[in-house]
Amino acid sequence: MGTALLLLRRDLAQFAPGGGNGASALPLLFFLAVVVLYPFAVGPDAALLARTGGGVVWIAALLAAFLPLDRLVLPDLTDGTFDQFALRGIAEESVLTVRIVAHWLSFAPLLLLATLVAAALFGLEQAQLTYLLLGLLAGTPGLAALGVMIAALIAGVRSGPALGGLLFMPLAVPLVIFGAGSLVRLEPAAIWLTGAVSLALFALAPFAGGAAVRAAREG
Amino acid sequence: MQAHLAAREIACRRGDRLLFRGFSADLRAGDALHVTGPNGCGKSSLLRIMAGLLHAEAGVVERTGSLGLIDERAALAENRTLEQALNFWKRLDEVPGRPTPVLATLDLDHLRHIPVRYLSTGQRKRAALARLLSQNAAIWLLDEPLNGLDDGGIGVVAQLVTGHRAAGGVCVITSHRPLDLPGVQRCDLTRFAA
Repeated sequence: MGTALLLLRRDLAQFAPGGGNGASALPLLFFLAVVVLYPFAVGPDAALLARTGGGVVWIAALLAAFLPLDRLVLPDLTDGTFDQFALRGIAEESVLTVRIVAHWLSFAPLLLLATLVAAALFGLEQAQLTYLLLGLLAGTPGLAALGVMIAALIAGVRSGPALGGLLFMPLAVPLVIFGAGSLVRLEPAAIWLTGAVSLALFALAPFAGGAAVRAAREG
Repeated sequence: MQAHLAAREIACRRGDRLLFRGFSADLRAGDALHVTGPNGCGKSSLLRIMAGLLHAEAGVVERTGSLGLIDERAALAENRTLEQALNFWKRLDEVPGRPTPVLATLDLDHLRHIPVRYLSTGQRKRAALARLLSQNAAIWLLDEPLNGLDDGGIGVVAQLVTGHRAAGGVCVITSHRPLDLPGVQRCDLTRFAA
């Protein structure tokens, strides 16, 4: 447990906004930029904004989770940190599990706050906002897991970032379908399904990522 | 300190090239091995095989004791200060909190509040050595530890290795530079070239 806490503190210092790394506030700023631009792009049709706004928030959240992809695993692989963990008997899977938590903490809570801004801009109703927040709460852990998994998969590959986008988007589709789908009929079932997809991704990601890190080391 | 490192009939393949085969070594407390050879003969790969980071094509490595590795990468967080970055590893290694004069030994004291990304090649190497020192590992694997170091730094490495061996540690060093270490076994890896 002590090791996990140490790793988490180190990861948060790398990824969380204000951790001495200027780039880490970017996902939030990007998210805000998208939700602010959207009403300008489609015009001041209040009914249209209220109907489509939730979906735009989901797309923005997905892209925000995807932004720091190249910083999640690659630096630790190239500077030998994963090797030093391996020497100490710390499994790649443990490191990546902690990293998913750190990645989630570094973008999701702020994103949920920013969703309030989006809701005001789009004129979302109270019930819609509730479902949007619950859906994001259920879905963002899956996005974080997916981000770390893809980051590990592309870490050993040239032209990785471009490949990362191609891999990330299709795998994120179930989260978006259930998450954004919950807004159409305001059904709790869709939220539960979003959470289920998140759980599955969270369970799978450390193992897929760990295998990828080991493969990159051998390469 | 319990330290033993034995390699038996190690062969190493990178891609479709067999770099060397039949390498054996048996190092017990206080032993040091200096592996030499031209670039690309597999010195680093041998060290990574000994560390368990790379699969050997053939052969086995047996280790008793914890492992410390220095290679061309410092494994220190770029955006933290040197002290923060080193403290992370120190806490992870759960070295009892005695205030080791590690930074002073390596002449890094004046850099403790400098972010790692501003350090020079030689300073990074010293920082990596500081990480190794505070790790208190039984087996030291040093891949070109002299690269980037000035004369003073090279003297410090020799001192550290001597001290480590005196404390019952084992040390494997790859370097194409001559090492001034009494009683060190030398091994030219080209003898095992496939």
